[in-house]
Amino acid sequence: MAEMDTSGGGGHKKGPGVKKGKKLSTRVDLTPMVDLGFLLITFFIFTTTMSQPTAMRLFLPKDADKPEDQNKAKESGVITLLLGKDNNVFYYEGQLEVNGSNFKSSNFKEIRSILIDKKRNTPEKDLVVIIKPSAECTYKNVVDVLDEMAINVLKKYALVDISEGEAALVKISDASGSAGAGASN
Amino acid sequence: MGRAKLPRKSTNIDMTAMCDVAFLLLSFFILTTKFKPAEAIAVTTPKSVAAKVAPQKDYVMVILDANGKVFLEMDDESKKEAIANALNSSRNLGLNTAAFKKSLFFGAPFGSLASFLALPEDQRKGDKLPGIPVLDTANNELVTWMRFTKDAYLGEKEPAFLLKGDNMAKYPAFKAIIDAFKKNDILKFQMVTSPEAAPVGTDLWKLNQKGEKVED
Repeated sequence: MAEMDTSGGGGHKKGPGVKKGKKLSTRVDLTPMVDLGFLLITFFIFTTTMSQPTAMRLFLPKDADKPEDQNKAKESGVITLLLGKDNNVFYYEGQLEVNGSNFKSSNFKEIRSILIDKKRNTPEKDLVVIIKPSAECTYKNVVDVLDEMAINVLKKYALVDISEGEAALVKISDASGSAGAGASN
Repeated sequence: MGRAKLPRKSTNIDMTAMCDVAFLLLSFFILTTKFKPAEAIAVTTPKSVAAKVAPQKDYVMVILDANGKVFLEMDDESKKEAIANALNSSRNLGLNTAAFKKSLFFGAPFGSLASFLALPEDQRKGDKLPGIPVLDTANNELVTWMRFTKDAYLGEKEPAFLLKGDNMAKYPAFKAIIDAFKKNDILKFQMVTSPEAAPVGTDLWKLNQKGEKVED
């Protein structure tokens, strides 16, 4: 593409003895420059739209002072999620049995299908998810679970402090390692 | 034969105009890009499906870093001044109000806040600072911070309360922050996250496909 215009004087004859100065074209090939320009444009387009943080809303309930003011949930519609160490999730439905027989182990991959199942099998007005993070779990775990509520459109959920018995159960199950082990079954 | 001679056209195109346009766009994008300011506190936020964009002004942000240290950041300078005055009068900290106003964030116990403000701006790095003590429930200093913040905004539109937490932060620190909010009747707050699409096949995804707005 880069061309040199040598046609110069267009055959215009100079007199004899006059030296012909070679005329160079002032035209420059701009294609690579345009390429570079568009490359940079695409770069800036992509980098600008990428980093826009979003915000997830959380509404806290006001602490009820008297126990009779607290919300009562129907036992059959309640599922309690407990968050343990190393991204472990444990859950039980209804009340926790004294011997821990309905305390089951799960993880973040499976918890969605468990919640979907629960949602299918429970009348909507009874369904309540109780989230009890233990002291060992991370902020990411909590946000992931709250996100799971948004993903499965579960309207009623509560973030509740873990009780000592449950904390101990989570700790034992955490220590015994992977899913399925521990107090379940 | 008298064949009609097709005029030979040059394949060269004048690129100047295209080049002009390209660089015009380029300069536009360069000028409109807001670069992320170098962050004094390194935080990797978790992902969520929330679609609402985090507010960029009129915010009060509590930052929770990976080690569980808590920092407070806000953008309104006049409110910061009010907070500095309130702290000085109630706790007699002897803070330099001008330095307090200029400081982007705060991350020190009340006792050493004055020396925190005396540090030059570029030395206020999250990993070297003590952070605001929150874990002691009897003396959760964030409660006081939030009370003065709320007082500073009294009678005006409430700022957006944001919480920016790191993936690896432990739950007790998060709980302490929630408690500090709750004790001051701040019952609405937002958690800063990175966007993520709703997984295919889930209820939220179906709602989004239908074009329904889900309030989150």
